[in-house]
Amino acid sequence: MTSLPKIAPKKKLGLVIDLDICVGCHACATNCKEWNTGAKSAPLTDLNPHGKDPDGVWFNRIHTFETMNDTGESRTVHFPKSCLHCDDAPCVTVCPTGASYKREEDGIVLVNEDICIGCKLCSWACPYGAREYDETEGVMKKCTLCVDKIYNENLPAESRAPACVSTCPTGARSFGDLNDPDSDVSKLVAARQGYDLMPEQGTKPVNKYLAPRPKQNGVDAAPRSLEYADDNTDAAPLLARWVDKILSA
Amino acid sequence: MGINPFETVKEEIDYSPKVGDEVKFSTCYMCACRCGIKVHMKDGKPRYIEGNPDHPVNKGVLCAKGSSGIMHWNAPGKLTKPLLRVGERGSGEFKEIEWDEAMKTAAEWLCETRRKDPGKLAFFTGRDQSQSLTGWWASRYGTHNFAAHGGFCSVNMAAGGLYTLGGAFWEFGDPDFDRTKYFMMLGVADDHDSNPIKIGLGKMKTRGDCKFVAVNPSRNGYGAIADEWVGIRPGTDGLFIFAIIHELLRAEKVDFPSLARYTNAPWLVIDNPGGADHGLFLRNKKGDPLVWDLKKKKAVSAHSKTITPAFAGERKVAGKKVVPSFAHLAERYLSPEYAPDAVAEDCGIPADTIRRIAAELAYAAFEEEVVIDEPWTDAWGNKHDKMIGRPVAIHAMRGISAHSNGFHTCRAIHMLQALLGSVDTPGGWRYKPPYPQPIPPGAKPTPPHFSPLTPMSGPPAGFPTDPSHLVVDDDGQPLRIDKAFSWEHPLSLHGMMHMVLRNAATEDPYGIDVLFMFMANMAWNSSMNIGETLGFFTAKNDDGTYKIPKIIYSDAFYSETVPYCDLILPDTTYLERYDCLSVLDRPFSQGHGVADGIRQPVIPLDRDVRTFQTVLLELGAMLDLPGMINEDGTPKYPGGYPDYLVNHERKPGLGPLAGWRGKNGDKFGRGEPNPKQLEKYIENGCFWEDHMPMSKQFFKHANKEYLEYATEMGWIGEPKPIIHQLYNEDLQRFRLAAQGHGDHQPPEEHRERTETYFDPLPMWYKPFEERDLDTDEYPIHALSQRPMHMYHSWGSQNTWLRQITNVNKLHIHKDLGADLGIVDDDWVWIEGRHGRVKGQVKLITGVNKNTVWTWNAMGKRKGAWGLKHDAPEFNQAFLLNHIISDVLKPNKHGHEYSNSDPVTGQAAWYDLRVKITKCADEEFGFTEPMYEAPEGPVSDKDVSEYGKGMQGTPTDGRVDAKEWIGQRHENAGSIPGIKDGYGNTIKGDKS
Repeated sequence: MTSLPKIAPKKKLGLVIDLDICVGCHACATNCKEWNTGAKSAPLTDLNPHGKDPDGVWFNRIHTFETMNDTGESRTVHFPKSCLHCDDAPCVTVCPTGASYKREEDGIVLVNEDICIGCKLCSWACPYGAREYDETEGVMKKCTLCVDKIYNENLPAESRAPACVSTCPTGARSFGDLNDPDSDVSKLVAARQGYDLMPEQGTKPVNKYLAPRPKQNGVDAAPRSLEYADDNTDAAPLLARWVDKILSA
Repeated sequence: MGINPFETVKEEIDYSPKVGDEVKFSTCYMCACRCGIKVHMKDGKPRYIEGNPDHPVNKGVLCAKGSSGIMHWNAPGKLTKPLLRVGERGSGEFKEIEWDEAMKTAAEWLCETRRKDPGKLAFFTGRDQSQSLTGWWASRYGTHNFAAHGGFCSVNMAAGGLYTLGGAFWEFGDPDFDRTKYFMMLGVADDHDSNPIKIGLGKMKTRGDCKFVAVNPSRNGYGAIADEWVGIRPGTDGLFIFAIIHELLRAEKVDFPSLARYTNAPWLVIDNPGGADHGLFLRNKKGDPLVWDLKKKKAVSAHSKTITPAFAGERKVAGKKVVPSFAHLAERYLSPEYAPDAVAEDCGIPADTIRRIAAELAYAAFEEEVVIDEPWTDAWGNKHDKMIGRPVAIHAMRGISAHSNGFHTCRAIHMLQALLGSVDTPGGWRYKPPYPQPIPPGAKPTPPHFSPLTPMSGPPAGFPTDPSHLVVDDDGQPLRIDKAFSWEHPLSLHGMMHMVLRNAATEDPYGIDVLFMFMANMAWNSSMNIGETLGFFTAKNDDGTYKIPKIIYSDAFYSETVPYCDLILPDTTYLERYDCLSVLDRPFSQGHGVADGIRQPVIPLDRDVRTFQTVLLELGAMLDLPGMINEDGTPKYPGGYPDYLVNHERKPGLGPLAGWRGKNGDKFGRGEPNPKQLEKYIENGCFWEDHMPMSKQFFKHANKEYLEYATEMGWIGEPKPIIHQLYNEDLQRFRLAAQGHGDHQPPEEHRERTETYFDPLPMWYKPFEERDLDTDEYPIHALSQRPMHMYHSWGSQNTWLRQITNVNKLHIHKDLGADLGIVDDDWVWIEGRHGRVKGQVKLITGVNKNTVWTWNAMGKRKGAWGLKHDAPEFNQAFLLNHIISDVLKPNKHGHEYSNSDPVTGQAAWYDLRVKITKCADEEFGFTEPMYEAPEGPVSDKDVSEYGKGMQGTPTDGRVDAKEWIGQRHENAGSIPGIKDGYGNTIKGDKS
């Protein structure tokens, strides 16, 4: 029921996540948690924090699973997932109060908690499961792309990035304007053929994923096996060869 | 169109909240990695912890653990007051006492023991990052019974490296991620050097010119992003390495020039079977080892400025038959038993794969040289106009070292690095100063003196090179409580903490008076065979007194060990104290230079606890320990640990911290104490680093400029080259003793064992449990490892991290599952030779088919850590430690050895063999064994809203968002148009 911006946002800020180097360490998840639990959406409530089934609000979660290709080759994948700040965000259009909205200026999808009624329609509408309901506060929360960090003049320049990005130990996360073809993130996406998550849903996500690079099955130029200096299978001939040979020149 | 109210909504966003009142720098301690952190504080509480971009270890990034530091400090299980036991051990019945009483009690117990025999104090520390203090304290107290936890952690790797290269994978060196072309990681899934490895892997893979091979029975963690995963069978890595070496030798693809100069490969070994000098190096009168010079056609000193040595051939020198040590090496590994085809089945790796990896290693090393245009001078004065690197880097860790054949396998891997000529070369594996050290370092363990009130004459631990250095009595029997440095485990450099409770409770070799432990969970996941170990804590004499009369324990949290101790000295968390990451201890230096650092109190204390190190110094003063009191008897460090950090001098001018020394703070390395030293550290973000010029950064073992600098810094005694000991003569000396030579020979029951395992060249043998067990009965290997987000994170049962993982499953290959009739989520009994444990199954494919694995230390004991009793950690998660044996089956002499490496005493907890059977239906849903809950603290929290009300004060400002490219520098190198720099900082951009 809520409208998307009438004019497409000039900027589309979003994340680029490189699955080739994500090791599934969860740094992005917990750094996000600690920034955001005291930020715009504070707190990211934790239910039953010290008992059975502890369950809290997280804007970013990492799934680790195995996949298998047609030839029966399996692979372990670490897959971080958060709001993709979609162009056609169904979580916005489904919102009955206007609480869920997409910003004209930078495309960030936010929730105005003051007018959120906690109906959860947005979480049903989001095909990515990226919305987080805070039971205690009765409102929906979600990734803000650290809107209060990326523009924050009270932070040094190197901290002005989403928490998940500046903390990522492997450098698997990038951030920038994906609407600008000349931006470095766009170049990164183009070079690595970044892809949309579940494009068939028609949500036009801004965030992009970079697929794992093809595995090297060997150093391409290297031979498959070494050429032996002597065909004998024991040490004697080689040792004999070396007795008077200057090998260290 | 009508008016749509939902289009008019405009939320006021506060773009620039002031995050906190102040930012304090410190050093993380959520694991052993020692990253720099910036803590944003608000109203006396931590608001946000982020990485320090200037810090040499983490360069601004912070892992999942470091980012959860707030919840470590905010944990439910924090101790709040000193405790004195009033019930039975294990019951958890304590009374709270005041610090005065706690200190008086501890001092009385310690003083009484010191008056009789200081050696009756056993002082063992766990995840201690202050071993230069704790070891010094032990020696001042006068006990030889001191060690930290390395015996069940890393000692095989440390010893393997230090006795081969004078440095080691894991702690004392790093891969050159910036330049390597081939990176092989063995036995590493999660990590020790957490962020540096992650940063490095990201760099290396983004650069895209390098292959990454993970050799590991499981494919989780880093293995998931490797170019090739080699799912090796546990305990067979040595065979795999030997087969690679076999291939390299057959193809003559080893770096002979490097071997000639930097290793003992050409040194002449005496061939005199049965003689006391058999297998030792032939030396001249000066003591120099000799090589056969092919140009001079005679034996010359190996230390000559230039040599042209022979690598094979028997010759006669000074009346002795000799051969170069390399001939022994080549003969062993060229043997058909180490051919790829011969080891393939044992390793579970196709022979073609081994052959291909050997070819790839050789190609990377010899065809893809990395050259840095930097002149340097070697230790013999020869000038080189370039630094030529063989870009193969190896990293190895727990999966290799926690086996009973780990020492030799660790040696083998270090040896491979040397054979490829890639030790401390560009693209290879780099030493972290103060490494390299002499091989091995010079200190020797100090034997006990049995004299009251007397300090030790030296450090408790050291590096034996001869049987006379062992800590044994005239009959060759152990003199240490853990039997370290005895004939059972002669090179147990890190002690054997895992044997202390058994030995003390069974009075073998003797009973002790006081056991003093710090931050080691010996009543749970730090012990093997938990059930029996708990019995050692509570074992009593006939008169009802405990076999271990007094136990003092210090920790910040109510761990499983707390209820088993008598006096609890509650510690602070890492955010509440001064601390030191010293070069005298474990360096966090990088390949390019030495670094050290401090922690400072960031959060004010809110409970009645004290920093352990300060308590230790105060106890030292109460006991009048030399070095801890002034001549007038007053405490030498009345200001506690920070006072010691600044003012303690180990040798004149050498103290715990290397930076800003000297009265004016203008010296580093050596210099008199600087009263403003801590302030200087704090100003600099709590670390100090000496970034060396490129000319000192490589070939440190034989780089004149570096060696002179290291001597000046006090790290080595003299600027002599450190020659890699592929063939280790020290090991041969122990073997000769076992063969009947010399004044110090092993007792009969250890003779064969010593002779067998003290091989001067790396060897492979079946892990002991595999050797001793019916492997048809127990056909499966079982491993445990920590998840990345918990690795080494001292178990506060972190509110955030436990939401990510709070139960562990047993990961079984789907084919093995099918064979056993087991499906996902089944509950199974995992049965070892002396017990069984129950857990739930997850079927996967990324694991060796004969191996199962699970997350370690997830299972907790009800009553500990402040968790509610229905927590899954207590009820569904499980520990393999219950079924890992702490001792082996008795040998033919009836002797029961520790389940440890026979050379180093490293606990062999990766040797576990099991059988797996599906549980009965009624047994599903809960783990076993489950112990009764002690009276520990229990959280009453149902909701945590940390951060509520912590939003910063709104301000009007707003700056433009800048884009951030992960691995920007490496991406800039391969993607046209991407600007060089780091993150959101563009190189050369001043704006």
